Amino acid sequence: MNFEDLKKFFFRKPKNALEGSEDAAPGTQQPAPSEAAIPEKLAEKCEKCGQIVLSDELRDNFGICPKCGHYKKLDARARIALCAENFTELFADIEGGNPLEFPGYEEKLASLRAKTGEKDGVVCGTATIGGVEVALFSMDYRFQMGSMGYAVGEKIAALFEYATAHGLPVVGFVLSGGARMQEGIVSLMQMAKTSAAVAKHDEAGLLYIAVLTDPTTGGVSASFAFEADIIIAEKGALIGFAGPRVIEQTIRQKLPPGFQRAEFLQEKGFVDRIVGRREMPALLAALLQLHAAPAAGEQTEETA
Amino acid sequence: MNAYDIVRKSREKGRPTAQQYIDKMVEGFIELHGDRRFADDAAVIGGIGLIGGRPVTVIGIEKGADTKSKVARNFGCAHPEGYRKAVRLMKEAEKFHRPVLCFVDTSGAYCGISAEERGQSEAIATSIIDMIRLRTPALTLIIGEGGSGGALALSAADEVWITETSTYSVISPEGCASILWKDASKVAQAAECLKMTASDLLQLGAVERVIPEQGFSDEFYAGLKEQISAFLEEKCSVPADRLVEERYARFRKF
Repeated sequence: MNFEDLKKFFFRKPKNALEGSEDAAPGTQQPAPSEAAIPEKLAEKCEKCGQIVLSDELRDNFGICPKCGHYKKLDARARIALCAENFTELFADIEGGNPLEFPGYEEKLASLRAKTGEKDGVVCGTATIGGVEVALFSMDYRFQMGSMGYAVGEKIAALFEYATAHGLPVVGFVLSGGARMQEGIVSLMQMAKTSAAVAKHDEAGLLYIAVLTDPTTGGVSASFAFEADIIIAEKGALIGFAGPRVIEQTIRQKLPPGFQRAEFLQEKGFVDRIVGRREMPALLAALLQLHAAPAAGEQTEETA
Repeated sequence: MNAYDIVRKSREKGRPTAQQYIDKMVEGFIELHGDRRFADDAAVIGGIGLIGGRPVTVIGIEKGADTKSKVARNFGCAHPEGYRKAVRLMKEAEKFHRPVLCFVDTSGAYCGISAEERGQSEAIATSIIDMIRLRTPALTLIIGEGGSGGALALSAADEVWITETSTYSVISPEGCASILWKDASKVAQAAECLKMTASDLLQLGAVERVIPEQGFSDEFYAGLKEQISAFLEEKCSVPADRLVEERYARFRKF
């Protein structure tokens, strides 16, 4: 798949909830967002180089700054649009409450829902990547930096169960600061719940590819992010258990440059491969196709 | 006692640590060291011994009792090799259909350069997923602090019990107060909000039993040992497939 092809299907679908859904691919169940009336920004400042870039240009460039090459975070649906085709959303109705009656949490959730048009921090569904049918999940930085509470854990566990029942590989676009504090022990239990669902999918002999994007830390990093058969990291992504600020406070020293970045993780042997954003769809397609090919043992049994 | 009193109690000097539970309840304990990958983490004790005549693999996060041993044990903050040792010993237990008993007492997995370099996330994730699918009974007892992922790594068990002044939480009340309210003085309030005490956890279904501490007397250990024996006895008669299915359901409900 070349760059032009990527661009083509990138344009075919709305990038996020703010961009409307009139040209959505058939089968997309996402309702029209209520915030369509909010005017789009014309230009924005790159978070890295600080230069002003046209929002259209940035979007057409997959969120890659045309001036300095910095990767702006992609929201859940933009990531799906970049990497997959024929997306059909699943478990869109699952949402979380306030299990601990944590003060202020319901208001926080309500405001995030209104702002993002999403019920929580992950979007799940089926799609095709390189012609291979997959179950996928994509986490959203706009929802408390993709933190995992009941809703995120439940949707991801349900997706793995769906994939297990339908014999599908899972591709997971991971982005999370970790567990959602306001859900306390319930959020911690999501680490075990999602792990249990990954275990069943694994035991059914199915492929799970995790794509770690910036950031992947805390309870998400220490559960389903690192339980995949193949772990890909987006170039430059921060990946770790503890966040760099917490580590600096604990050890009272500055961390070396590049610490906990994707390249560091590959050097230390914890990710299979680093990939640039533009190359990601082609890499996923190739890996899925390689795994979809009949295996030696299976072939022998069928022909015997 | 309010929630923060219990938090303080769970960290109190002189509170029995994993080693003391092992000494009091496990006969003929033979410690086994190392993760066969990198090193032996002194923050995690592992080995095999007898409880009520039954061989049991025992794994405990150990904080250390005095200053010297606290330093040696890294204050009960395990590195990746600690979790990898635990998984190695759990798998050895599985091979011989021997139940696993874990003692959890940690403010959290160690966060520092060495831990990150050696894959703390991967080590904890692997410990959780491998413990969940372990085809032998597993029981976890939280005996002090149950700090976040570092505690969960050894708590993906058939049941989790907790002693009455222990805690189990996704984050420390100090961390919660500083992140959420940017105000360290709201620690007591955070402890309340996090519902991290034994009685709250029982209500939320995160633990099955709260064990009264009885001043950590000999009667306490004798009674606890009896409860553990009875539990393992019961679980050892459950076929492995059902055991794993029930463990899966235990976590699926959250």
